Amino acid sequence: MDTIKLTIDNREIEVPKGTTILNAAKKLGISIPTLCHFEFKGMDVHNKPGGCRICVVEVAGRRNLAPACVTECMPDMVVRTNSMRVINARRTVLELMLSDHPNDCLQCAKSGKCELQALAIRFGIRTNPFVGPDHVQSSYQIEVSPSIIRDMNKCVMCRRCEMMCNEMQTVGALSAIERGFPAVVSTAFNQHLDHSPCTFCGQCVAVCPVGALTEVDNTAKVIRAIVDPTKKTVVQVAPAVRVALGEEFGMKPGSIVTGKLTAALKALGFDYVFDTDWSADLTIMEEGTELLGRLGKFLKGEPVKLPILTSCCPAWVNFFEHQFPELKDLPSTAKSPQQMFGAIAKSYFADKINCKREDMISVSVMPCLAKKYECGRDEFKVNGNPDVDFSITTRELAALIKQANIDFTQLPDEEFDSPLGESTGAAVIFGTTGGVIEAAVRTAYEVHTGKPLPKIDFEELRGLEGIRSATIDFDGLPINIGIAHGLKNARKLLEDIKAGKCNFHAIEIMACPGGCIDGGGQPLHHGNGDIIKARWEAIYQADKNMPIRKSHENPSIQAIYKEFLGEPCGHKSHELLHTHYFDKQTTVEVDLNK
Amino acid sequence: MDKIIIKMKKEVSDKIIEICDRFNNAPGELINVLHQTQDFLGYLPAEAQELIAERLHIPTAKVYGVVSFYSFFTMVPKGKYPVSVCMGTACYVRGAEKILDAFEKELGIMPGETDKDGLFSLTSLRCVGACGLAPVALVNGKVYGRLAPANVKNIVQEYRDMEK
Repeated sequence: MDTIKLTIDNREIEVPKGTTILNAAKKLGISIPTLCHFEFKGMDVHNKPGGCRICVVEVAGRRNLAPACVTECMPDMVVRTNSMRVINARRTVLELMLSDHPNDCLQCAKSGKCELQALAIRFGIRTNPFVGPDHVQSSYQIEVSPSIIRDMNKCVMCRRCEMMCNEMQTVGALSAIERGFPAVVSTAFNQHLDHSPCTFCGQCVAVCPVGALTEVDNTAKVIRAIVDPTKKTVVQVAPAVRVALGEEFGMKPGSIVTGKLTAALKALGFDYVFDTDWSADLTIMEEGTELLGRLGKFLKGEPVKLPILTSCCPAWVNFFEHQFPELKDLPSTAKSPQQMFGAIAKSYFADKINCKREDMISVSVMPCLAKKYECGRDEFKVNGNPDVDFSITTRELAALIKQANIDFTQLPDEEFDSPLGESTGAAVIFGTTGGVIEAAVRTAYEVHTGKPLPKIDFEELRGLEGIRSATIDFDGLPINIGIAHGLKNARKLLEDIKAGKCNFHAIEIMACPGGCIDGGGQPLHHGNGDIIKARWEAIYQADKNMPIRKSHENPSIQAIYKEFLGEPCGHKSHELLHTHYFDKQTTVEVDLNK
Repeated sequence: MDKIIIKMKKEVSDKIIEICDRFNNAPGELINVLHQTQDFLGYLPAEAQELIAERLHIPTAKVYGVVSFYSFFTMVPKGKYPVSVCMGTACYVRGAEKILDAFEKELGIMPGETDKDGLFSLTSLRCVGACGLAPVALVNGKVYGRLAPANVKNIVQEYRDMEK
């Protein structure tokens, strides 16, 4: 590989051709401040508009200061990253940015985690000589959607969200609009997110450096439900939460905190602390049976829709409803684990504890923002009462725990309550890309062949590459499996299906890169791919730690079929555990009446 | 969100589709497509942007991003007699701002707006290449040069009379 020698702050360094000054400096331990720049290593995500100019450096022989994040190293370049000229320019850039930024930091949802605030602290900004036009800024209304709050007065036009929405997710809900002071990132015609193709995946929120994009905060509603003596509160926790929550309390990324998490939820005062992993096992029973049903028809030569697509991820469901409505018969009709849990909690379990549906508040803790939207969908309500009342994120749960004076790291481990708390290793791997399909294969293989699996770990289905595929031998019957995470990769597979170029029998799709471990509601990773890798490894470790690792062997799941549901994909299951999809594509038609 | 169906007159959608086809529906031709569509319609309503996005396979948000960025594009229908006041350097130093003020007062609208009868719309532009006649304004394509604020009333009246 070609290399280049250059000098940065009087120190020599040799870097591969194409390296930016920013990354070369990093190798020397020089951390040049950045704001708009965002690189998510290992996830093929890179935002480099070179727009904010906070990273400018002095290059000998160059008249203007150069943005370090987009300027490539050249042979014998002499760079100064900390001259007075550079520091003054950065201060001015920062002061200009702050001149039209609201300074309500005390009340801002991003306070303490805001990258602009961090820069203001780093540069010791105490006064600002520049005053921006307030009237222009305040012309944007704060907009609340089911999942995301957009406060465009706080937008700094780094355009990270636009990059995520368009390049990583190919959703196309967001674009830079207007120019000058009114310039922000918004939707077409600056409409409400509800009227855009937004999937509520929340990846925009996950990368927003400031308080412009934040999640809808349901913590106050949850506290009110807990303290209401007339309500029974039931909480469920998604798999990916247990490998990330610890980070909010200074624990090392990848710490598995299932026991502490359960203890914290009990200490918060929830009446019943259950596990979404339980309903993930239930999902496998339903989705696996549906897969085998469709495969059986296919083998008999009957007309059948294949490949079957997973349907656990609500952002992915939104994506195909908006962008590929013609394929809406392909995904499994099985509800997501969150919604299966809610439906069972407010029917089977409510009856068991003699609690009326209206008197039960069902809360979910999710790594996800789309789950907030999902639980509000009309088809998941009975007489207007939702199966899941409130969904909170991993971040919101951390805030609740801190408010309640709970010393998380010192908590003794506790167990989930019974009966909706028992789960298997197959359920916990739902938290990462490839996990749902591996769990489905573990069950479908044994049900189909009637033989025990020769090995439980399907390494061929694991990994963090955007699109993966494998053929699993079902005792002589080869089953072709596809996996995609990140919606741009999902789009590629869907285009192949539409073009008839796809020979998969089943495909798993997760909207977020990495799957739920990198959901829009997880602790902020600030582009550190190592954190995602650590969570990913923790998920498979949590699977290994479980005594039972196949969904159909979960005794609590076996019991509910015996006692209540009958059989997978049976009448009762269809009523409670399955759903249908809608065409939500915006289309332009000729008006024949005019 | 429920499904949104946007209705459009056939003659309009046919024309926009023809414009997009003329540029091979290439996403890189967005600005050219917008120019020609605005030439045809006089403005770029949301429906037209939705259709262009669909034909060029780009998100509607991106189309709107371009339309809202460039001051030449407008989402407000132009009046029957569009008024453009030149604010180029030569016109500016010879008092173009006062001419624009006079049009604002006479028409009761600000730049970028159309009056409620749909008769006049007002914009400013940069240099029409008639600097010798500065300050200059265009009304319905006709050039008026060496203007003084006092002339504005008569010019507007000329067109109002045509409507009688």
